[in-house]
Amino acid sequence: MSLVSVESISFGYSRDEQVLRDVSFQVRRGVNVGLVGESGSGKSTILKLLLGLARPNSGTIRFEGEVLKPGDRAFMRGYRRAVQAVFQDPYSSLDPRQRVDAIVAEPLRALKIAGPHRPIIEAALRDVGLPSDAISRYPHEFSGGQRQRIAIARAIVARPQLILADEAVSALDLSTRIRIVELLGTLSKAMTILFVSHDLGVVASLCEEIVILEKGRIVESGRTSAVLAQPKHPYTQKLLASVPRMPA
Amino acid sequence: MSLLAIEGLTLTTGGRELVSNLSLSIAPGARLGLIGESGSGKSLTALAAIGLLPPDIHAEGSVLLDGRQVIGARENDLIPIRGAAAATVFQEPLTALDPLMKIGRQVAEPLIRRYRREGRDIDRRGIAREVRDLLERVSLPDIERIVNAYPYEISGGQRQRVAIAMALACRPKLLIADEPTTALDVTTQAEILELLSKLVDENGMALLFISHDLPVVARVAEEVAVLRQGELVEQGPVKSVFRAPAHDYTRMLVAAAAAFDRALEPAQ
Repeated sequence: MSLVSVESISFGYSRDEQVLRDVSFQVRRGVNVGLVGESGSGKSTILKLLLGLARPNSGTIRFEGEVLKPGDRAFMRGYRRAVQAVFQDPYSSLDPRQRVDAIVAEPLRALKIAGPHRPIIEAALRDVGLPSDAISRYPHEFSGGQRQRIAIARAIVARPQLILADEAVSALDLSTRIRIVELLGTLSKAMTILFVSHDLGVVASLCEEIVILEKGRIVESGRTSAVLAQPKHPYTQKLLASVPRMPA
Repeated sequence: MSLLAIEGLTLTTGGRELVSNLSLSIAPGARLGLIGESGSGKSLTALAAIGLLPPDIHAEGSVLLDGRQVIGARENDLIPIRGAAAATVFQEPLTALDPLMKIGRQVAEPLIRRYRREGRDIDRRGIAREVRDLLERVSLPDIERIVNAYPYEISGGQRQRVAIAMALACRPKLLIADEPTTALDVTTQAEILELLSKLVDENGMALLFISHDLPVVARVAEEVAVLRQGELVEQGPVKSVFRAPAHDYTRMLVAAAAAFDRALEPAQ
């Protein structure tokens, strides 16, 4: 059984503008999936639907076979424990007035997970490679890459099954980006990542499967290595050809 | 003689050194890529080159732009060099353009300034014709509509083409492009890089291309300078620096970029 099953969903913010058209894909446990598309392709909207922040106009999303019910509080509590998110901008996704321990503890409090929380938080900070004294500091004391580590620590602290990562390394410098990708790769041994990005190189480094989205439709999907070796759809071909490479 | 000659440039603010003793030069028609990560001082270096540093940043050293000293120059002496010697395309085309002015008028502004600078007259029909001609040169479609559109009514890639058209309107000897494709989609980026290369060639302009993205720099530049925390750590031809980086920092950047490249190679 799939961890996540997106079944022919369509969505529009208004009646005459369809953002997603008949989108279907699966996320299997232990297999990272990269959702690739350019601006306006609908990739962030898919995440919004997966987070239960909006409902599709038609179609169904299932988590471990059960239909996602954003209005059902009991369902959502279990779902939130199983699914966490990391966003693009590490500067706006952390509350500047809270210390790192309070930020990372947020899911534990929200999900009413029994304490003591401190050892759980310390373990999460260790997992993301932050020093132990980070726990009592504020976000502004950290660099962009370290802030993203704090955001990742918050996402993994309740040991979710699925991480939704929305352009989680796009705002980072190259030298930091490669280390955060490595970190996500290590963490994904214990959980599955749905990685939304426009960056094919990053997706290829992290995801075994890939879904290519263009203007709200899936144009191609499959094993990342197979899609990259023989892109079938003209849009995938164009995307791949557009990626700038290092000189040979 | 160099078009841009920076010698011993040091930029400080509140006792902190942001750029330290930096020297680089660009010959007429040459293309230099300035690589650095956030906070490396690459954008400040570009602003120093055209005398647009924020007032709280103190500059020492020498910047000769087309033979004229920029450091310590009065604003009134800099105005005639800007545009004529150098024009800049910035990262974010939405904030670089005036949101309340139609595209046609925005492109006309630097054009009219250039005519004034050259002591020539141009009438309204002449301006309209040249504006359309510039928009055509940056390969914008549907020019009738775009001339009368506001920036929010066109796409990000189209906005960046407009910003490039405005820079071209100045007929500068040096085009400074500061992360001009970072805010764009990858397919749009490829088109804009190709366009920039073509225009720089056609007009015999020199190019200072600032970016954190090594493969992007490799597409447009011949020479590369690597900046780290305000210090130039390495400089040379793109191919030799990327193939055999001499400095540890460059080596780390090249290895990271190559790793993402390799992930895209299906054979691996």
